[in-house]
Amino acid sequence: MALRELSSLEKFLGLKKPHKYSTQGVKKVPLLQSNNGPALVGLATIASHLAKEAKKPELLGTTPEQRAVVQQWLEFRVTRIDECPREEIRTVLKDLNQYLEDKVYLAGNSLSIADPLLYYAIHHIVVDLAVQEKERYMNLTRWFDHIQHYPGVRHHLAPVVVLRNRVYTSCHH
Amino acid sequence: RDKEPRFCLIWRRKSSITAAQMKLFVSEGNPHCIKVLAVLELTGVKCDIENVNHEEKVVPFLSRPVLPVLLLPSGQHLFSSNAICQYFFEIGGKAPADASTQWLEWEATELQPILGHALQMLVLQGKSAEAAKALEDPMNFLEQNLSKRTSSFLTSDTVAVEDIVLWAALFPLYLEPTELTSVFTWFERVGALPACQSAAQRVLQGRGQAALKGFLQKQPVITLRRDTPPCNQTGAEEAEHLMTEEELQSAARTWSLGLTDFQTQPERQHPILPQEGKRNVLVTSALPYVNNVPHLGNIIGCVLSADVFARYGRLRGWNLLFICGTDEYGTATENKAREEGLTPQEICNKYHAIHSSIYKWFQIDFDFFGRTTTPRQTEIAQDIFWRLHDRGFLIEDTVEQLRCENCQCFLADRFVEGMCPHCQYPEARGDQCDKCGRLINAVELKAPQCKVCGLTPVVRSSKHLFLDLPKLEPDLEQWLDRSLSTGDWTTNARHITRSWLRDGLKPRCITRDLQWGTPVPHPDFSSKVFYVWFDAPIGYLSITANYTDQWEKWWKNPQQVELYNFMAKDNVPFHSVVFPCSLLGAQDNYTLVNNLVATEYLNYEDTKFSKSRGVGVFGDMAQDTGIPSDVWRFYLLYLRPEGQDSAFSWADMALKNNSELLNNLGNFINRAGMFVSKFFGGCVPEMELQAEDKRLLAQVGWELRQYIQLLDKVRIREALKCILNISRHGNQYIQVNEPWKNIKGGAPERQRAGTVTGVSVNVACLLSAMLEPYMPTVSQTIREQLRAPESCAHAMLRGEGIFVRSLPSGHRIGTVSPLFQKLETDQIEALRKRFGGQQPKTEKPQDVASTKACVPEAPAARAVGADPEKAKQLEAAVAEQGEKVRTLKAQKAEKPVVIAEVSKLLELKKQLALAEGRDPEPATQKGKRK
Repeated sequence: MALRELSSLEKFLGLKKPHKYSTQGVKKVPLLQSNNGPALVGLATIASHLAKEAKKPELLGTTPEQRAVVQQWLEFRVTRIDECPREEIRTVLKDLNQYLEDKVYLAGNSLSIADPLLYYAIHHIVVDLAVQEKERYMNLTRWFDHIQHYPGVRHHLAPVVVLRNRVYTSCHH
Repeated sequence: RDKEPRFCLIWRRKSSITAAQMKLFVSEGNPHCIKVLAVLELTGVKCDIENVNHEEKVVPFLSRPVLPVLLLPSGQHLFSSNAICQYFFEIGGKAPADASTQWLEWEATELQPILGHALQMLVLQGKSAEAAKALEDPMNFLEQNLSKRTSSFLTSDTVAVEDIVLWAALFPLYLEPTELTSVFTWFERVGALPACQSAAQRVLQGRGQAALKGFLQKQPVITLRRDTPPCNQTGAEEAEHLMTEEELQSAARTWSLGLTDFQTQPERQHPILPQEGKRNVLVTSALPYVNNVPHLGNIIGCVLSADVFARYGRLRGWNLLFICGTDEYGTATENKAREEGLTPQEICNKYHAIHSSIYKWFQIDFDFFGRTTTPRQTEIAQDIFWRLHDRGFLIEDTVEQLRCENCQCFLADRFVEGMCPHCQYPEARGDQCDKCGRLINAVELKAPQCKVCGLTPVVRSSKHLFLDLPKLEPDLEQWLDRSLSTGDWTTNARHITRSWLRDGLKPRCITRDLQWGTPVPHPDFSSKVFYVWFDAPIGYLSITANYTDQWEKWWKNPQQVELYNFMAKDNVPFHSVVFPCSLLGAQDNYTLVNNLVATEYLNYEDTKFSKSRGVGVFGDMAQDTGIPSDVWRFYLLYLRPEGQDSAFSWADMALKNNSELLNNLGNFINRAGMFVSKFFGGCVPEMELQAEDKRLLAQVGWELRQYIQLLDKVRIREALKCILNISRHGNQYIQVNEPWKNIKGGAPERQRAGTVTGVSVNVACLLSAMLEPYMPTVSQTIREQLRAPESCAHAMLRGEGIFVRSLPSGHRIGTVSPLFQKLETDQIEALRKRFGGQQPKTEKPQDVASTKACVPEAPAARAVGADPEKAKQLEAAVAEQGEKVRTLKAQKAEKPVVIAEVSKLLELKKQLALAEGRDPEPATQKGKRK
């Protein structure tokens, strides 16, 4: 799973030559072997490395503050969403929804690699949400829809239909 | 379409902090704060620090409190301690390299989960060997990396962010020199930095690991082997199970066996007693307190869940006894009696009857529904008491108690309210604080008030008996280890039990100064009765004893009997810790719980059920809604709070009724039956299975096996999804194979239509069996409509579950009619208002009338112009015309033709609505937009 999203991320970053990845351990942590120096281990680490390699450091944030926010959401993804127990999913969605209330992107006013990586991570959850649940997580769904339509992001994943008019107006605000 | 630009117009909030100032929030005794404080000092970054409580919610968008948190100049919050450290380093002039990021990621994903677990073992349970074992892998990994390096620190010769982060993470372990020499040398080197020392001092206050206790106790118990699978693993409901050729063939073979053994389910013969060589299952549901009318949450939490499981067990051929009853003793009953001018016994009689009738309406099929105020209760409770007394498990002590001089009685815990001594919540109850959840001793309450008269009670002392739980703890733990590892305990039940044991057991008072209770037989305590928590669970035994004199065959027979307790999560400690201690201490070979099934809470439209505010649907009102009992059962079970709280919502109930019951399940079963009636004269046609049919058989068989696996594990809500999946497969199968079209073709087409119809009606028959535990009436109706053989349910739910052709060719079915009715928006809206609690009382009668008018089942309240006979004819006409339109559309007929037929259909529907006394203008269907 992580490997497919890394290859999608490479395409999004415009890297011409695809890297070869392998995985490590029971958790299948991705590993990138490089010619100069030791292997890189971990999804967040590899993703940050790819952004630098593609000469798009702005995707890691343009100020120290934004860089920290980007790293924070990458960590959130690998610690809170991957391996999230079933009963915790709603809490994670609720928190993200709350966070995105007044935001277009996860960090700052432009796309960072945290956006596609979080999008890849929750795609399988959002795909299964009923229309009513999507409305409950309205901000998250709006962000999700935005990111899935951002040029070059979606690649290996199926598009998720998002209704733009509210259906269940009577409950939840 | 993909590239279509999206515009999001969002006003960014002005942040409250405008100047370039930051603030770091930390809490004492929180190990994650060590790293940020160390880095802050090391980098010399200027930043305000605020000490807050562990529970303080600093980050507004996170549901759970997290610390440390850095409030950035922009007003954003950083809640990841590693991100905070990285940020400090960067503004201090050091941008992180890939190698640093990698160490931080390793710390967060690999080390922290293990460390959290290890610290809990070490600090809270004193199990240092287990902690060391858990830490072996990450410590070895660190040693390997460090021993290969020549540099002084992890990645370079100067100290970097990863050194501090890892050092601070490991610091609370207080590593001692071991064979991991490289780790130890590095650890000492980093720890020698003054910044590190002062950070550790600030967080731990020189108290060592003990300082972490408060923090660790608040964390959820971290287990390394997860109880629940992670969400990104494909579960049963997500994966479209792909069938192999082999599976297809084997499904077809099984199917063609037909009903070989015609053994019907044996009649239930009372009294049911354990039998040698059978699976003997004893099911109890928590005893509802008699003077509360149960609400939907109570119903789903215990009786309904237990009923589904009991019905399922009987279908599976287990020898099963399902016991419940009302819990009747206690002060609450005494007070209610005073209020209503009756004796406590009269109150109990009155409310016991109400409970009985509610459960009867919900079709809860108890083998016996008893009560706790019986001579048997006294006899058994006193016997257990003496046995505990004789074995030295009871201790005497004097208790300070609250007494209301005005009401002239000692106040039971639930009749005192006051301020919580721990969190200052002003409305804490006498036994527990609803806000912080801690157990309270009523005399500790600040500013106590008698709930009856509102006056301040006085403290009086009185002599009482206590059950010596600490003395029983070793026995309890030994039994728990066995029961938890062999039985099905829900995750919440495991957690609650573990946390009780983790906090340590204390003696618990078992006597009370009241009249309405089981008398304490000891002469020194003659004016006292047993406290309800001691007495009530004994009700399970005494109720069984009222059912049969041979009750001990169930309750003193752990070798042969498997006991399932159903309850809501608030009842867990009494069933997993306290009651087992009573029974273990009595040393009388009692049957103890093997499987403890606890639900979370059901909320009502995002608020709580409240009798006093009139919010929510209570058991006796459900029947007045005109919605059939089976639909209530379906919806409650569909949202059964398994694993997390859920919420009842009227709009959702209508949605699920209309989409799942009407359009999916009902539609499939009805179509299958109608095809047999209309096209084949009511006889199941010949079936020649093709690959497509076998695929359906295999899919259905797979769902059936899932259903059985899930219900065996009491995953009631999940198993219901299997039923709905089957009818979804069935609908798709009919849609693709178009029997209504083939029936008009030549011989091969007609035969195809026959096969598809025959297979479908057999799937419908299987569904009737699988539905029995959930919707008994609907299940019965389907079986009557199909004239299904008695033995079919029993036969197909055996073993792993086998889907056989139970309606062979030539079988004549009965009259088919629709199973479900649509819930209209206005009807649901009226119900929502009626039970919402906001309606002023004066409007209520009018409301009730308007609701009833649109409920089809309420014959007395039909609107003017309604004509049931005509409605029936029109209903058939609508169904026929509907089929015609579907057929035309499927054949891709010319547009004008379709439009003409559609308008006929609409006209028929309008007439039908009039005949049923409904408003002919169709309600706006908001959900149906494409």
